[in-house]
Amino acid sequence: MSTVILLAITGFGLGAMYFLVASGLSLIYGLMGVLNFAHGAFLTVGAYATWYAETKLGGLPVVPRFLVAALVGLVAGGVFAALVELVLIRPLYSRHIEQVLVTVGLALCVSALVTAIWGTDPRFVALPSWTQRTTGVLGASIPNDRWIEIAAAACVLAGLNLFLRRTRYGLIVRAGVENRAMVTALGIDVRRAFTLVFAVGGVAAALAGVLAALYFGTVDPQRGTSLLIYAFIVVVIGGLGSIRGTAVAALAVALVQQFANFYASAGIGDLSVVLLLALVLLARPGGLTAAAAA
Amino acid sequence: MTGLLRVENLHVRLGGSHVLQGVSFEVAEGSVTALLGRNGVGKTTTLRALLGLVPREGRVVLDGVDVSGEATHRIVRRGVGYVPEDRDVFAGLTVAENLQLAVRNGHARYADVYRLFPELEQRAAQAAGTLSGGQQQMVAIARALLNDNRILLVDEPTKGLAPLLVAEVASALERVCAQSTVLLVEQNLAVVRRVAEHVVVLDTGHVVHSGPAHALLDDRERVHALLGVS
Repeated sequence: MSTVILLAITGFGLGAMYFLVASGLSLIYGLMGVLNFAHGAFLTVGAYATWYAETKLGGLPVVPRFLVAALVGLVAGGVFAALVELVLIRPLYSRHIEQVLVTVGLALCVSALVTAIWGTDPRFVALPSWTQRTTGVLGASIPNDRWIEIAAAACVLAGLNLFLRRTRYGLIVRAGVENRAMVTALGIDVRRAFTLVFAVGGVAAALAGVLAALYFGTVDPQRGTSLLIYAFIVVVIGGLGSIRGTAVAALAVALVQQFANFYASAGIGDLSVVLLLALVLLARPGGLTAAAAA
Repeated sequence: MTGLLRVENLHVRLGGSHVLQGVSFEVAEGSVTALLGRNGVGKTTTLRALLGLVPREGRVVLDGVDVSGEATHRIVRRGVGYVPEDRDVFAGLTVAENLQLAVRNGHARYADVYRLFPELEQRAAQAAGTLSGGQQQMVAIARALLNDNRILLVDEPTKGLAPLLVAEVASALERVCAQSTVLLVEQNLAVVRRVAEHVVVLDTGHVVHSGPAHALLDDRERVHALLGVS
C-alpha cells in the first residue's frame, strides 16, 4: 500500500511538471496554430536564470535566496518567451513550415549556448533543506519537493482557469482558439493576446524549470528538450487548446510512467506512455477533450 | 448623400483563382446597398476583402480615409460592424460572452440589442453552440449592433434558416437597415426588396450592374439574366 501511495504522489509531482510545460504549449497551439518546438528552451532559460541568480545572491539565507532566484527565473522565462513571439514568430504567422524550422533552430541554439557558457555538466542548486526531507503518508515517505510541485501546478491550473474565465484577455484567448479571424473582425488586436499567451506559457515553462531543479536538484541544458517530448504527448492526449484536458493527460501520463517503471522495469514506463498515446488517438483522435481553451 | 464606402478596382486572388477582378462600387451614407450575384461570384470575398480578411489589391476608402493597408481590427474600429456568412458565433462561449467580446468601448448598446432580440437576454448564460440557427444569427447581428458603427457589412443573414426564422431575421434586419448604412449580401430577393435601396450585381468577379434596387427587381427578365432566378 505504501508503495502505491509513494508512486501515486510522486507521479502527481511528475505530472505537475508535465502540466506546467504542456499548458503553455497547448494554449499557444490552440490559439495561434504554432507548434512551438522552442518551448523547452523557455524551461531552460527559466532554470538557468534561477540557478545563476541563486549563485549571485550568496549573502541571503537559503529560503529567501531560492525564492528570489525562482522569481528571477520566472521573469526571465516570460520575457524570453514574449521576445520570441515578437521577434521570431510574429513575422511568420500562417507560415507553419518556417515556424517549425525557426522554433527547432531556436531550441538547438539555446541548448548549444547554455552548453557553451556553462558546460554539459548539471549544475547544483542550493535548495531549502525542507525540500530535501520526506513526509510520511500512510507508511510512505514522500519527498517534500513533490508537494511543492503539486501545489504549484494546482495554483497554475486555478490561475489559468481564472484568467481564461474571468478576464477579457481570457475571453479573447478562448474565442481565438475557436475562430481567430472572427476575433479580429470584432475589432480586437489578437496579436496582443498572442504575445500574452506566449509570455504566460513562458512563465509556466520556467516554473517547470524551477520545479525540475527541485525535483532533480540540478539544472541541465538538455532537461527542457527531454520534458518537451512528454509535454507534446500530454498535449496531444489532452486535446490541443484544452487546459483541463492537458491537466488530466499530464497526470495520466505521469502515473502510467511511474507505475510501469516500478512494476515492469525501468524504460517500460516510456513505452507505456507511447502506448497510451496510441490508444487515446485510436479511440479519440482529437484527444480527451475537444479543442476549447478551458 | 455621400459615398461613405468607396471600393475602387478591388482584386483578390485566392489559391490561384482571380476571384475579384477590378470590382468598384460605392455605398452612400444612410443607404442600404445589396450585393447580389449567383453562387461563387465573389460576394462574400468582397466583404472579407473590405475588412482585410483576405489579401487584396485596390483601394477601399471609408469615410474619406484609405483603409486598404490597414489591419482588420483597425478597419473595424473605424466603425465597421460585420455579420459573417455562417454566423461564426463562438460556440464554446455563452451568449453574454459572445456579446461582451464584441464591445469595443464602454458604451455598448445592450438595451437596443435586447429590445431587438429579447430572446438573447433570456439565453445570456446559454452556450452559443447550443442555440438554433436563427438564434445564432441573432447573436451574430447583435454583435454588430452593440457598437456605434458607421456601416454594417451583413453576409447572407437568412442563409440556411427555416422559413419562419427567415421572416423573423428579415424583420429584425429591416429595423436595423432603417437606422444604419448597410452593405448586404443576400440571395433571398424578397428580403432584398424589403430593405435595399441600391443593388450591385457581381458576375465572375466583375460588377455587371449597379443602380436602384426596385429598377432591377421589377425587371424580371433582367433579374433572370443577371441572377438566374425569376
